[in-house]
Amino acid sequence: MSTLVEVTKDNVEFEVKNSSLPVLLDFWGPRCGPCMVLMPTVEELAVKYADKMKFCKVNTAENRRLAIELKVMSLPSFLFFRDGQEVARLQGKFGAAEIEGQIRTTLG
Amino acid sequence: MDTYDVIVVGAGPAGLTAALYSSRAKLRTLLLESGLPGGQMNTTNEIENYPGFPDGVSGTELSALMERQALRFGAEKRTAAALGLELDGNLRVVKTDRGDLACRALIIASGAVPRPLGCPGEAEFRGRGVSYCAVCDAAFYEGCRVAVVGGGDAAVEEALYLTRFTTEVILIHRRDSLRATKVVQDRALACPGLTILWDTVVQEIQGKDQVQAVSLRNVKTGQTFTESVDGVFVYVGLTPSSGFCQTLHPTSVLGYVKTDENMCTGIPGVYAVGDVREKMLRQVVTAASDGAIAATHAEKYITESLL
Repeated sequence: MSTLVEVTKDNVEFEVKNSSLPVLLDFWGPRCGPCMVLMPTVEELAVKYADKMKFCKVNTAENRRLAIELKVMSLPSFLFFRDGQEVARLQGKFGAAEIEGQIRTTLG
Repeated sequence: MDTYDVIVVGAGPAGLTAALYSSRAKLRTLLLESGLPGGQMNTTNEIENYPGFPDGVSGTELSALMERQALRFGAEKRTAAALGLELDGNLRVVKTDRGDLACRALIIASGAVPRPLGCPGEAEFRGRGVSYCAVCDAAFYEGCRVAVVGGGDAAVEEALYLTRFTTEVILIHRRDSLRATKVVQDRALACPGLTILWDTVVQEIQGKDQVQAVSLRNVKTGQTFTESVDGVFVYVGLTPSSGFCQTLHPTSVLGYVKTDENMCTGIPGVYAVGDVREKMLRQVVTAASDGAIAATHAEKYITESLL
């Protein structure tokens, strides 16, 4: 079972914007090969940082409007939130090392 | 150090076929992949020219099928990225981000990645309108106008795929004719949602938060102009993933690994197959063929070296 919380337009407010923990939001799609490659790594990181950060994911195939609202136009994309505000994002060329690096930076 | 008969670096169609042949010949085979098995097939919407699939097959589906077949005869799979090779000893050593691995015969099937355009704005807007994977990102551009750069099979096929989502696709090509296969060209020329700008190159990708326009230049007239677009998809060829093969000589100017017709690199027991190899036609079917040839020669090499 996935350790990541599935986020949709219905629970984004509760799970992301009102979260007391910082949030990682992983935008993926079932036809995005690079997203599938990163998934196991993200699952590992979710376990490693379980008590410090909340790990969430958005299936963009079913939540395209939410993705576009958050200005996500490309997969994979990772957004980082603190106190409900976006503080950083990874888009374009990045891998597992950059994701963990950004988790640490966001945690401060 | 873990030692295998054969290590295959890369699990695209070339590597998967090499692993299939090698494991079916009862050689202890390891398949190394840093990403997702299937390689570039994963970012291809539809494959129409792989024999045996008369109605075409999706890239992800063919990837999954080839992987299942490759692993059926006992090849082992491991997720690791190759960083370097040591080829001077009796055993070939592959240095990876998860430790060193040794083998008697090595098959390099590391493939290639999309080549960037190299124009201003491209790196800046990557992930914010600039994409190299239409299958990944097409759905974001529903009702939008996008540009596709290139004139080969990948550019034209993915431009046609994008027309299913967009209001208009402009295909920007630096020559006055397409390189793509004739049947694909005919489809492009007949497609109402696709406009081709001939003899045109991208000078800059522009925008604020996201891509808003491309500035273009006609190479024949020298005229410059701007087109408003919400996205730019780049298909201008490939760069071989041969950075970890620096110990192999000779590679071509562009970094492709040179081999003979048996896929041998010139170092006995070291082979290169698929898109990373210097050759004329880079297709799934030729990648598979390379893999079969290399594995067969690897088996012969191992048998003879044990005599």
